[in-house]
Amino acid sequence: MSQAGLGGAVGAIVKRDLLLAFRRRADLSTTVFFFIMVASLFPLGVGPEPGVLRAIAPGVLWVAALLSCLLSVGRVFTADYQDGVLEQMVLIPHPLIVMVLAKVFAHWLVSGLPVVLLSFLLGLQFGLEGDALAVLALSLLLGTPTLSLIGSIGAALTLGVRGSGMLVALLVLPLFIPVLIFGAGAVSSTVSGIGAEANLSLLGACLMVALPLAPWATAAAVRIAVE
Amino acid sequence: MSDSRVTWSKYSSLQALYPLAGRLIPWCAGAAVLFMAAGLYLGFFVAPTDFQQGEAYRIIFVHVPAAWMSMFLYVMMALWAGLGLGLKARPSFMMAQAIAPTGAIFTFLALLTGALWGKPTWGAWWVWDARLTSELILLFLYLGVMLLHASIDDLRRADRASALFALVGVVNVPIIYFSVRWWNTLHQGASVSMTAAPKMAATMLTAMLLMAIGFWLYSMAVILMRLRCVILERNSQPRWNQSAVEPGVKEIRA
Repeated sequence: MSQAGLGGAVGAIVKRDLLLAFRRRADLSTTVFFFIMVASLFPLGVGPEPGVLRAIAPGVLWVAALLSCLLSVGRVFTADYQDGVLEQMVLIPHPLIVMVLAKVFAHWLVSGLPVVLLSFLLGLQFGLEGDALAVLALSLLLGTPTLSLIGSIGAALTLGVRGSGMLVALLVLPLFIPVLIFGAGAVSSTVSGIGAEANLSLLGACLMVALPLAPWATAAAVRIAVE
Repeated sequence: MSDSRVTWSKYSSLQALYPLAGRLIPWCAGAAVLFMAAGLYLGFFVAPTDFQQGEAYRIIFVHVPAAWMSMFLYVMMALWAGLGLGLKARPSFMMAQAIAPTGAIFTFLALLTGALWGKPTWGAWWVWDARLTSELILLFLYLGVMLLHASIDDLRRADRASALFALVGVVNVPIIYFSVRWWNTLHQGASVSMTAAPKMAATMLTAMLLMAIGFWLYSMAVILMRLRCVILERNSQPRWNQSAVEPGVKEIRA
């Protein structure tokens, strides 16, 4: 149980999850395209008025990011639960919390990071410029890890439950709301010229609270599911 | 001290808990009726009319105690859930399961009376203000706890999973409570505080406190009643239950 052993285990889990994700590129691209599709529906539904689009852009892009995260986070543990890998992971002589954190990190790399990068493009399409674009990407960079962390709790709680997809949404969306408010708030306060510092600080605070607590809850939920 | 410990742990046995709950229900229910009647009388007939909001403010006597109960019951549910997870005690999980629907009803009542109060004073049924939104999240959390419990077939797992979710959701309670202080919003600040002198007439405060005690006693009665149902539902096999089921079922029907 040396430090190197723990690091090795974390590295192995992250590497394995990334490898699995790249072997099933369809899953990977579904999440990304979902983000783009949802965001593209709004100009079609609301109308192409640039002023309106610029006003709704922060909320729309954040909701799209949140939904695409929700779509993928429900499956974080499913495959491992079905083929028994999760059980082995519980038996590893390293803390389960760290193993869970590694899986969540891999999930964020695969589904959160592309959303952050794509937000520049979609932000441009909605007429955001300069600072607002940078703040949008920064707020997503701070917010999407929190979404992955919170979402993993719901994913672990609903393992092997019928209709788990909808249930994850119902459990996790209320907990996503603060992140959504601060994230979208950061962008819209930049657009209106107030400055995004307060909202970005709160987003960072959310991440700092979720980082130690959410893996703990997820690990407990995994134990409940595996037992 | 050791005496009381023995007495309390005795009620972790369902066989002892069931009749205890049965004995407590009529007292709680009776006292609840008395307190609520006194509170409503004071609130609607004795308390003076508000100089700003007129008669509309009188919904405060339902709204504020309901909102208090919604948060209090969530904390209670989380406490029982935590106890259940920590001690692996089945009755604690049953208490948590019994509290959830009553808490959800009070949350709904707080939102509904808030909407009825908002229309004449703010001119809108609903505003997306921090306290209203966080109270709505509380309702979703209650529903989540109940749905999660209902969708897992294995009872032991259902208990533990929904208990864990209830504990996770407890972060929302301080957010609701402090929302009016943290965000400068439309919802008025706390009318009652432990540290400052009350900002309202003494009769109003008394009526509100009486209603709160009445709601609390009502919750006790209903939760214990539901607890008895849960116990009966989960223990249709043991022999001690056979004699209890019959009067129990009659009581529920009556």
